[in-house]
Amino acid sequence: MEQVVVISDPAVPAHLMAALPEFGFTTAAYVVAAVLFILSLGGLSGQESAKRAVWYGIAGMTLAVVATLLGPGSGNWLLSLVMIAIGGAIGWVVAKRVQMTEMPQLVAAMHSLVGLAAVFVGFNAQFELGRVTRLLRNNAAQTFEGFAAVLAHKTPPEIAMLKIEVALGIFIGAVTFTGSVVAYGKLAGKIDGKPRKLPGGHLLNAGALALVVLFTILYCAGVGPGTFWLLLITALAFFIGWHLIMGIGGADMPVVVSMLNSYSGWAAAMIGFTLGNDLLIVVGALVGSSGAILSYIMCKAMNRNFVSVILGGFGGTTGPAAEIEGEQIAIDAEGVAAALNEADSVIIVPGYGMAVAQAQGPVSELTRKLRAAGKEVRFAIHPVAGRLPGHMNVLLAEAKVPYDIVMEMDEINEDFPNTDVVIVIGSNDIVNPAAQEDPNSPIAGMPVLEVWKAKNVFVSKRGQGTGYSGIENPLFYKENTRMFYGDAKDSVNALLPLIE
Amino acid sequence: MKIGALKESQDGEARVAITPSTTAHLKKLGHEVHIETGAGARAGFSDADYEAAGVIIHPTPKALTEAVDVVVKVRPPEDAEIKRMHEGQTLISYFYPAQNAALLEAARVQGVTAIAMDMVPRISRAQKMDALSSMANIAGYRAVIEAANNFGRFFTGQVTAAGKVPPAKVLVVGAGVAGLAAIGTAVSLGAQVYAFDVRPEVAEQIESMGAEFVFLEFDEPAQDGAATGGYAAPSSPEFREKQLAKFRELAPQMDIVITTALIPGRDAPILWTKDMIEAMKPGSVIVDLAAEKGGNAELTQPDEKIVTENGVTIIGYTDFPSRMATQSSELYGNNIRHFLTDLTPAKDGKIVQNMEDDVIRGATVTHDGDITYPPPPPKIAAIAAQKPKEKKKELTPEERRAAEVAAFKAQTRSQVTLLAAGAVVMLLVGLFAPASFLSHFIVFVLAVFVGFQVIWNVSHSLHTPLMAITNAISSIIIVGALMQIGSGSWLVVLLAMLAVLMAGINIFGGFLVTRRMLAMFQKS
Repeated sequence: MEQVVVISDPAVPAHLMAALPEFGFTTAAYVVAAVLFILSLGGLSGQESAKRAVWYGIAGMTLAVVATLLGPGSGNWLLSLVMIAIGGAIGWVVAKRVQMTEMPQLVAAMHSLVGLAAVFVGFNAQFELGRVTRLLRNNAAQTFEGFAAVLAHKTPPEIAMLKIEVALGIFIGAVTFTGSVVAYGKLAGKIDGKPRKLPGGHLLNAGALALVVLFTILYCAGVGPGTFWLLLITALAFFIGWHLIMGIGGADMPVVVSMLNSYSGWAAAMIGFTLGNDLLIVVGALVGSSGAILSYIMCKAMNRNFVSVILGGFGGTTGPAAEIEGEQIAIDAEGVAAALNEADSVIIVPGYGMAVAQAQGPVSELTRKLRAAGKEVRFAIHPVAGRLPGHMNVLLAEAKVPYDIVMEMDEINEDFPNTDVVIVIGSNDIVNPAAQEDPNSPIAGMPVLEVWKAKNVFVSKRGQGTGYSGIENPLFYKENTRMFYGDAKDSVNALLPLIE
Repeated sequence: MKIGALKESQDGEARVAITPSTTAHLKKLGHEVHIETGAGARAGFSDADYEAAGVIIHPTPKALTEAVDVVVKVRPPEDAEIKRMHEGQTLISYFYPAQNAALLEAARVQGVTAIAMDMVPRISRAQKMDALSSMANIAGYRAVIEAANNFGRFFTGQVTAAGKVPPAKVLVVGAGVAGLAAIGTAVSLGAQVYAFDVRPEVAEQIESMGAEFVFLEFDEPAQDGAATGGYAAPSSPEFREKQLAKFRELAPQMDIVITTALIPGRDAPILWTKDMIEAMKPGSVIVDLAAEKGGNAELTQPDEKIVTENGVTIIGYTDFPSRMATQSSELYGNNIRHFLTDLTPAKDGKIVQNMEDDVIRGATVTHDGDITYPPPPPKIAAIAAQKPKEKKKELTPEERRAAEVAAFKAQTRSQVTLLAAGAVVMLLVGLFAPASFLSHFIVFVLAVFVGFQVIWNVSHSLHTPLMAITNAISSIIIVGALMQIGSGSWLVVLLAMLAVLMAGINIFGGFLVTRRMLAMFQKS
């Protein structure tokens, strides 16, 4: 390990001291790792290239870790390896065991870990800063290793900047941590999915945020003990993360999870600034922008703006909803099967209800049988179907539905008028014609799948009732719609033997 | 209950109300099925066929009427048929109660519950029992076949070695059930089909069948089919003039004209006048499906086929469904058995005359010694009210150009504003922040840009794997922890250790689960 000797002369500015020796190898490795990470994300543009892209990511990560362990910044690599091994084993087991329907909660749980790690690393930066400053003040000739060596070379303005970065990194990390824990709880059904807020609502959040700003200023100005202010900031950030996500309903979770994804990236980037590590900055920025884009796509798919989703609840309606005429007409499995047997083209629209009922297996079997009978079967996926961006695609892929018949909304929306049968399984708001027809509807303007234009629509649903948003769905009352009541899995299983 | 079908007494009526195949369904409902001998003979069902299906056969109408609880038939009953029935029996057939007051009275006196198949309300639930629609469908189909039979040319256009054949031009007036069926049949024979209707909302249906909608420029509030239960209402004299002018213009070009225009409770309107018939080419054919109500063409003779002086054939048959008796008996029989399904809710062979039910109430014209016609309006409207449609304004090329320019300018403005604001922020940061920070900041900004460019290309279907993989790589924070783990302070070492542990979980968990997911995506 390279060691740095700092000459104990406080008159000489720290940055003029012996330049930090760096291994050119480490920096070069970081550049390669950054490129590999970019390629890894870029490779996700197609299903086939994605399989290669994962390996780019793994290679990049291995390279970064190995280079750090060998490089000048590191110490105590034996302990590091042991911890990585333990963590790796846990991660391995979790990844092997997780059900595909549990993906949303797994992703949320993993975000919380990144958030907490960022908080710890941030605090460490503060402790090291304190230690280094103390030692330097004591004029003792001192040997610093790793991160401490970096700190020892900082000028006062750089240290001020460092403090801002530490405070920001800890704040974002802490919000990500509690937010992800709550999101995990909601997705796993351990916390009630309904939005809940303390009395005071968002004023509490705003107040907490104001205090955070105040404490950050105090911390940076060096008033009182720095660690104390940081602890207060962390506590407040924990509260904000918890309270913010508690106030958001279960069906808005796609936005929340992608937002937390984004935050975990920004936290990493902030820590990167603190540590002066470009690789962390690059990767943090990549992840951060990825999450931000996902949130944007989700919000656009719900025709709501990001702020309104995060602040929770639907906006007030602008007038009375249009009255719905007609009645919901039920149909039995034989009727649906008869229509399917006669149809040439079928589109299946899955939603969260399919995941809840674990119906993807029977649905895949139904697809296989219909395709074997020479019918065109496709799936239409709304961007916010499910509880995670792309959730439905993963479930269908798990059930062995070929991905080239699984279409995005924009790809398939124009094909509904030429479709004989549409089966809606466990989705409601994303096929609600009120979004287009009723300007007073709370979801007016939201892009929806135009299933009602097909010749026959069958809706598999547990019973009469409204969706997550509590909005009546005129689709169920349309003349070409038949309601196929019952548990989605049982319903589809009942269909299977009737398909010729 | 015992259900029996009478042999139709009217000459030329070949249909029968129960077929061997509907017998099976009726038996499932718990009913016993009877027929009069020879009832299905003209529709192609022999007594032996019925016997094989388990039907009991009676030699005379009298014997049948005495044996059963429910009498079913096609045409309205004759006086004698009503007189033979007794109190408590049910009769299901066409009835036309508005025109047949005497028959209605006879049924009441006899104490018969009479259900009129022509009075089934037009709501979604009752479509399967709507005999008017199923018969109109057959009439529309048959009308085209009759026209083809009397037309001396092909329907479809062909280019043969011997020469070119132009396609026949067909005009369908009135796009109700019969009209749409005629359009479908004519299109599938290869003809070039035009269709007209006073209700503009059917234009979409006409086009979906493959015909061209004959558009009439007219500034009058468009007829709303919803108000009249989906049927057409009489139009104003001005509209009629405009319409006739359009027909006059079309008449010389058309080879086949099929008219189906009927207005409920009135004589058929004359839409194809004498001068139009005279303007048509010799050999052309007119099929008048409204002949029973006087006809839409001026020269139509009900039940006759005539040829005019200029060689135009006008077909005024009124028994199109009966001409395809096997098919129409099958469909009418299905309508009847669907109605009986509603009358037998428990499927136990017991008929419940539920007068609260919209459909049963609407079709019942006498019950319990009372005349129950006309029925109260159904609780559910036949068709949802038409919403006023907003017309999209057609933009002129100049307007479109102007809009494009404006959009471009707005975009430029917003981009320049953003860039300027960004530059100012950068300058401010540059003024106050140390140089080492700035060099990192540049890396950060560039990475965000690269991130945005790369992520936009990610396929929507891979968003979950994307989240898992970004999760794994955001554990790059492990690098930070690794740099701190060698610190001299035990607290720092402990925290760094935990951070490494958590990041380790994430790295392995994230990459593995991504790989698992991606391996599942398979091409068909």
